[in-house]
Amino acid sequence: MSELAVEATGLVKHFTTRKQVTKAVDGIDLQIPTGSVFGLLGPNGAGKTTVVRMLATLLRPDGGSARVLGHDVVSDADAVRGAVGLTGQYASVDEDLTGTENLLMLARLYGFSGVAARQRVEGLLEAFSLSDAGARQVKTYSGGMRRRIDLAASLVLAPRVLFLDEPTTGLDPRSRNQVWDIVRVLVADGATVLLTTQYLEEADQLADRISVIDHGRVIAEGTSTELKQSVGQGAVALRLADAGQRAVAAAVVEKVLGSEPTLPTDPYALTARVPDDGGDAVAALLPALSEAGIAVPEFSLGQPSLDEVFLTLTGKPLPDDAGTETAGDAPRAEEVSR
Amino acid sequence: MTAQSTDHEATITTTSLRRAVALAERPSRPSALSTTLTFGWRALLKIKHVPEQLFDVLVSPVIFTLMFTYLFGGALAGSTTAYIQFLLPGILVQTIVIVTVYTGYTLNTDITKGVFDRFRSLPIWRPAPIVGALLGDTVRYSIASVMTIALGLLIGFRPEGGVVGVVLGVLLLLVFAFALSWIFTILGLLLRTPNAVMGVSMMVLMPLTFASNIFVDPSTMPAALQRFVDINPVSHLVTAVRGLMAGQPDAGEIVWVLVASVVLTAVLGPITMHLYRTRH
Repeated sequence: MSELAVEATGLVKHFTTRKQVTKAVDGIDLQIPTGSVFGLLGPNGAGKTTVVRMLATLLRPDGGSARVLGHDVVSDADAVRGAVGLTGQYASVDEDLTGTENLLMLARLYGFSGVAARQRVEGLLEAFSLSDAGARQVKTYSGGMRRRIDLAASLVLAPRVLFLDEPTTGLDPRSRNQVWDIVRVLVADGATVLLTTQYLEEADQLADRISVIDHGRVIAEGTSTELKQSVGQGAVALRLADAGQRAVAAAVVEKVLGSEPTLPTDPYALTARVPDDGGDAVAALLPALSEAGIAVPEFSLGQPSLDEVFLTLTGKPLPDDAGTETAGDAPRAEEVSR
Repeated sequence: MTAQSTDHEATITTTSLRRAVALAERPSRPSALSTTLTFGWRALLKIKHVPEQLFDVLVSPVIFTLMFTYLFGGALAGSTTAYIQFLLPGILVQTIVIVTVYTGYTLNTDITKGVFDRFRSLPIWRPAPIVGALLGDTVRYSIASVMTIALGLLIGFRPEGGVVGVVLGVLLLLVFAFALSWIFTILGLLLRTPNAVMGVSMMVLMPLTFASNIFVDPSTMPAALQRFVDINPVSHLVTAVRGLMAGQPDAGEIVWVLVASVVLTAVLGPITMHLYRTRH
């Protein structure tokens, strides 16, 4: 049997608004191995949520096919529903009910009987540090608590595949780290996670493999390292002890690396791109500078960020506001544009 | 690895998380009835947590009953006591018919908040969330009915049909309200915001309730209006409920209401479910 938890081929979804057709998803292929974390990275409106909604059987694809744990999302939708958990702005808990009532309702809907349902709910609340808040209405919860109850809700049936649609959007760094830690534990225990995010750091931190999507298409796929390498080896950044030596240093760097250094406004700083296969040259750089009598108190070799990856792939930067949108606004804006 | 820290209150440990999530035995799939009842339970919890939603339900019949009885009762029927016998079954119908709008409002709120998609992602009998909500709403209609009748009794409503007549009248009304709710589930699924659902629904319901025989005998109305009142389903319902409560059941009208309820459910139920399945 195949080791793919999620497999999609040529997924297409069109939305028609006032006779205008938007290709929200325009032929996306995915292969997600069992037990891995897969990141769908892209800006707002790229089609990430639409892909997840199709895989979670909430939307019917207009073209292509997808299987989750071997079950077709259209013809065998019920089997898919029994095997996946979904958390996101589109699959929320009821704010008017208490945390306990929300989980209890889901436990009963999944078929747990009276006592078993209560035990399941108490265990989850305790593990997610929500026992004390269990009797309060969810609308009184903080952002972090809210996201934890959403996560707990998607774990009631211990799903083997978990779809997390922008799980940390709008969270403070502490709550975000907490969500990341939860995801890591679940994956360590064998769950497969598909994660959508606009946060480059999040994809970098959690995902084994990443698909960068834009305008409904995959524009790059690979590990975080592979994606960065596709842009180039990275860059060296120097900081000199004496600003007067910068011209000399620049000449040395250009000779050793073979690429023209850039001179930032800071008179002590100097950066240069590392050419492909430039590993040896980088190693030779510090001795060469030392030989020329140039003191270099700070030296760093950085890989390109995923920001740069996105810029290289699409020719445009990720929108600056990518992280600042509140959980409520982003999806509705997307919905309206359909 | 231990995920310690974060919010002062929150300490999540790997071991407790593992233990809580692990599931030795997956439960078997629950029956359609059981899931429907769970959703009905949810509707009741919402009444408990958001009692304000009952406020509208209770205030409008009180205002309408008092206003019409004491302002117009004497002029319309000779005395307020005579008028309340005529008015109360009509006010009851108006109250319940208007409350059915909340079904659409609630459904649309669920969609807007994302709760709806959580339900749709569950491996359950598909109509359960909607049928369960309608059952829960029936409880709300019953509360509204009891309050309205209690107020009526207080100010002189003395139904000839007795307890049996009143209870049968309310039951007939609940059957019709359940069937009528499907109109609003459709609006709830089609329109964009909960407030749009309220607006459109009220535009439909206002003429239906006022251009009827709820408040006055239509025999003094212009001929064209009379024809509308005669075909208005609300008029049929009011006549049937009035007959039951007055101890003079009108079999023809009762059958009309029951048939209309079956037809509404048979036609609008599947349309609702189609929209529910295909909505994005």
